[in-house]
Amino acid sequence: MTETKTYPAPKENPETTPFWEAARDHKLLIKRCNSCGEAHYFPRSICPFCFSDDTVWEESAGTGEIYTFSIMRKAKPGPYAVGYVTLAEGPSVLTNFVDCDFDALRIGQPVKVVFKETEGAPIPFFTPA
Amino acid sequence: MTIKGKAYIAGIYEHPTRYAPDKSTAQLHAEVAKGALEDAGLRSEDVDGYFCGRDAPGGAWAMVDYLGLKVRHVDSTESGGCSYIMHLGHAAEAIASGKCSVALVTLAGKPRTGDIGTKAVGAEEDFEAAYGATTHNAYAMCAMRHMHDFGTTPEQLAWIKVAASHHAQYNPNARLQDVVTVEEVLASPMISDPLRRMDCCVVTDGGGAIVVTSKEIAQSLNRPLVTLTGHGEAMKGPRGGNRLDLTYSAGAWSGPRAFQEAGVVPQDIKYASIYDSFTITVLMQLEDLGFCEKGQGGKFVSDGNLISGVGKLPFNTDGGGLCNNHPVNRGGMTKIIEAVRQLRGEAHPKVQVPDCDLALVHGTGGLLGLRHGASTAILERTQ
Repeated sequence: MTETKTYPAPKENPETTPFWEAARDHKLLIKRCNSCGEAHYFPRSICPFCFSDDTVWEESAGTGEIYTFSIMRKAKPGPYAVGYVTLAEGPSVLTNFVDCDFDALRIGQPVKVVFKETEGAPIPFFTPA
Repeated sequence: MTIKGKAYIAGIYEHPTRYAPDKSTAQLHAEVAKGALEDAGLRSEDVDGYFCGRDAPGGAWAMVDYLGLKVRHVDSTESGGCSYIMHLGHAAEAIASGKCSVALVTLAGKPRTGDIGTKAVGAEEDFEAAYGATTHNAYAMCAMRHMHDFGTTPEQLAWIKVAASHHAQYNPNARLQDVVTVEEVLASPMISDPLRRMDCCVVTDGGGAIVVTSKEIAQSLNRPLVTLTGHGEAMKGPRGGNRLDLTYSAGAWSGPRAFQEAGVVPQDIKYASIYDSFTITVLMQLEDLGFCEKGQGGKFVSDGNLISGVGKLPFNTDGGGLCNNHPVNRGGMTKIIEAVRQLRGEAHPKVQVPDCDLALVHGTGGLLGLRHGASTAILERTQ
């Protein structure tokens, strides 16, 4: 691949500011509900499971396993691998798999978070652990 | 309250074009509206309800004005490709409650000619937009997990395209009319693993429309009587990512609602229109609707089981989105139209299901691997 892939900067908003501030330190945050105990991603103010407003930020270990993926073959500047990672904390996260051999990706494979720079906050990606 | 038997599909029209650079999108809406009203034997001044999705230029008020309608009920429910199946149910609700008596639903657009605009974005945008989850790979992610969990094979998916192509050979308007084999599907280029080019539907300009009326009006018209006996709708998304399961769709909820209202079971269905944006879409819907057990879809679709005159469940006898038509990248409207043709006995003789008096229409909208809607309708020929 000769061209370098660039990613759009997150627009950010008041509800998600803490997530992007942590991303600048390459930390992945999820939200957990103090009322029902469930974790979720992407972060919301109101818990999508019990509607409690008592949701708090929690740092994810940044590890998990591939739930599913697909290699998008027809793309510029080149193929990319999109998929979901199920984090150790529970929630599954839509992402791309980067810095790896796409053809060696497998469902169930352990992966870890890596951050890629944008013109704004860095964005989380995953790579084989 | 139920909509069972309260509304009838009196008019249908599928635009014959598959490429329309010489027409405006509003014009296509008007042409399909005119076609469906003429099919019903009604006039534009009879229309008192109008239903449309995001493809209608300017939305409902612009289209109502452009078409010169005088309506007392409007519904612009937007749920991607299944919007029009939702509109069918909503039209029946409106008719049953006396809000309108002649409902017009239109779909039209020109994705083959040019760009049809971007989708509205939700709160997920910052957390998803960078990853390039597009239509192809969002469905491919479902297929990949389905293969992992249930052993579904590319050959089994290919059978769905093969069945559609067998039907499309008899449709002179179909975008793709050549019969293809499992081997040819497997030899087509990989687009987004595990989906190949022939696992994907066509891109076409065009459109379609239906006219839904009260029983009294339908009985006054010189057309076969086709009524809606059951309807369901649902939506599904990752919902915070907890216990993510991409091997089933919102059809697992919309389907049972429709069957329950109609008082029938999947085994009663003689013909099924199933939205076939991709082969995997059909396979998952067949499972979710209860035509087979979850995980058995691959076995169910194999060996021509979806081919009219060959298999147990004739599907998409117009060639479907995989071969015939997929106007505005939205398959719901053409699914309703072919089901009505079957119930009227007006399908091509080579694919007409004998004594077809009970049909299912099912569609999804949005992205199966992300957020999507689903709608199911049960239609019955009553005379």
